Amino acid sequence: MEALLPLFVVIPLGFAFITALLGRYIPLFHRIAIPLVFLFLSVLSVWMMANLRETVLTYMVGGWEPVNGIPVGIHLSADGFSVLLLVIINSLAFLSAFYSYAYIEQYTSGHYFYALFCLMVAGMNGVAVTGDIFNLYVFLEIAAIASYALVAFGIKKEELEASFKYQVLGGIGSLFILFGIGVLYWATGTLNMADIHKIIGSTAVSPGIVFAGVLLLAGFGIKSAMVPFHSWLPDAHSSAPSPISAMLSGVLIKSIGIYCLLRFFFNIFTASSQVAYVITTLGVASMVIGAFLAIYQWDIKRLLAYSSISQIGYVVMSAGIGLILLCNHGDIHVAALAIFGGIYHLMNHAFFKGLLFLNAGSLEYRLKTRNLLKMGGLASSMPVTSSTSLVASMAIAGIPPFNGFFSKLVIIVAAVKSGFYGLAIIAVIVSIITLSLFLKFQRYAFYGKPSESATTEKDVPFSMEGTMILLAVCCLLLSLLIFPFFRNLILMPAVHALMNATI
Amino acid sequence: MNGMSLIVKKITQLMAGIIFLYGVYVMLHGHLTPGGGFAGGTIVAGSFILLIVANGIRVFGLHREEQLSSAVESIAILVFLLLATAGLLTGAMWFFQNYMPHGTPGNLVSAGLIPVYNLVVGTEVAAALLTIFLGFVIYKAED
Amino acid sequence: MVLFIMCFILFLVGLYGVITRRNLIKIIIALSIMEYSLNLFFILIGYRKGGEIPILKDAGAVPPVVVDPLPQAMILTAIVIGLATTALLLAIAIRLYRKYKTFDVSGINALKG
Repeated sequence: MEALLPLFVVIPLGFAFITALLGRYIPLFHRIAIPLVFLFLSVLSVWMMANLRETVLTYMVGGWEPVNGIPVGIHLSADGFSVLLLVIINSLAFLSAFYSYAYIEQYTSGHYFYALFCLMVAGMNGVAVTGDIFNLYVFLEIAAIASYALVAFGIKKEELEASFKYQVLGGIGSLFILFGIGVLYWATGTLNMADIHKIIGSTAVSPGIVFAGVLLLAGFGIKSAMVPFHSWLPDAHSSAPSPISAMLSGVLIKSIGIYCLLRFFFNIFTASSQVAYVITTLGVASMVIGAFLAIYQWDIKRLLAYSSISQIGYVVMSAGIGLILLCNHGDIHVAALAIFGGIYHLMNHAFFKGLLFLNAGSLEYRLKTRNLLKMGGLASSMPVTSSTSLVASMAIAGIPPFNGFFSKLVIIVAAVKSGFYGLAIIAVIVSIITLSLFLKFQRYAFYGKPSESATTEKDVPFSMEGTMILLAVCCLLLSLLIFPFFRNLILMPAVHALMNATI
Repeated sequence: MNGMSLIVKKITQLMAGIIFLYGVYVMLHGHLTPGGGFAGGTIVAGSFILLIVANGIRVFGLHREEQLSSAVESIAILVFLLLATAGLLTGAMWFFQNYMPHGTPGNLVSAGLIPVYNLVVGTEVAAALLTIFLGFVIYKAED
Repeated sequence: MVLFIMCFILFLVGLYGVITRRNLIKIIIALSIMEYSLNLFFILIGYRKGGEIPILKDAGAVPPVVVDPLPQAMILTAIVIGLATTALLLAIAIRLYRKYKTFDVSGINALKG
């Protein structure tokens, strides 16, 4: 099974360049082949998840065996968390690519769109499977550069400007990460994640390692748009084509931001409670400020983008609480519950935020506007878009029986059990604000008085409708993960993978 | 945009071939001396860019050349991936496995697949740099 | 150690430039300065006093002290990535110039708030 790991990078990378080569001459090739590729990869990742359970796979690229116990060469490794991320990335990539089948007709040179899309997924898959910190940086940059280009894909004023802003801030973030990796290599003399953890664990805390930790926290904070560093996200995510917005908000900030952050601070550094408090504070700040900023937005996609900041805050806060408990030798079960809540919410957010961005894309596809004030009364003319967006809104606002309710419940219960009553109350309040946000979205877009300026007779084409229905079903089915059987199968390996190294 | 004077044109025409050959030399000796695919590729791209700068942008069919270089770039990456993936099919099942005979260190034909990788990477880098340059030039020419 | 500190100062100079400059091209230059400071930093990490190039000249003859080749390989990769980033940034800056007829950030303000 180890030999399958490189395929997650090689297949999308290969298809990116096949598309760039052939797409110009065979118009339908990429629109049919690329979704099939991602379908294959998501089936493969689900199969790996079913077989992997609690084991950790290590794969030595080029067959470079360790010399005297010191790893040489690049290692790929997969544990529960990376495989979970692979499933999220590839299934959402499949759905977005299938959605793009009809959506991409608005643009010329669609083959470049698919080529960049494949490159982005290759980078994200690479981040998930790599076990080497410099290799992580390279894959992170592949994903990031492809996303910079995709944000500017429409080459209108706003898109170019958003892309420039995103590139400058993302570039600073990348350079911080590279600097951190350099300092870490200087302090430990190795690039292998497991090896670094062993060396850091066996020596006293040195200033170099603390400095590297600060740099990496800042870098990944920028990449995952935590609150002091969030200013690029609303512009970039709202300017991109909608399937790409779904990928950026649903997967990209998680795989190159949150995943790397958790990987570094749980599995590589020896956890210290100061860092854990900083991470929790960042999470709470993102959660609150993101929600408040979202209220004022009248552009649907900007509203959704700000709400992404807020929802990511939940994930980070919950993981931070888990890290605090682990550092202070608190109750190990509560810590596991907090991390479980964070990862569960991460998975849920990928699906419902992906669905919401696709809904916004459908509205934009038919109405050519993103302004909520120019819509209204669309529930009757666009029934599929309306009903699926209702499902997603209820999921994100935390209304049972949808998945968002259960993950938020777990996070709040974990916060109460660990004694952070204030954080639990804040989480509830932010959840109520989120509810009001999405009531506003529903009210102005689908109900109320029909507006004259933007009306449509029919709903969107089949591929877009089908994707949205599939995602809505996913939102309902993911709430099954709260039951112990599914939880132990899918989410607990990820929680244990994060906790094992820290204990 | 008709290019520079006759002297410059003539000299660059003479020099470009030599620079190109030097780039290929750096690529081929990547496993023996400092340098390798990336350094050699930039030198090769430099020879083409020199010709375009000296002779003006109207001399070549820029669009056709841009399509050609981007096609070469894609093909080079695909060849690289195929060579690397072929390692999965050989006995040991390792991605990037160096499955060719290694030869004696120090010879030009040695180190198994590494010179081949260097050559492919060099082609890829040269084509990519040329594509970027031509992209900017074409954008400027549209003004 | 002085060299490391100077590298860090160069990094901060670049960061200052990115934050304070109002011209798109100058922002790109400042980003490049940050990147070059990191390239220097990596090469300094790999430096060993009196070290030779880490290449096997004849079979079996290993030089006594060699510089660390790993940061050099890493920085070659980082240079390639930097090339891609800079090219993309410049392409977008040129397109922005064509839309707005200015490189000044305060003139480019379609997205506010």
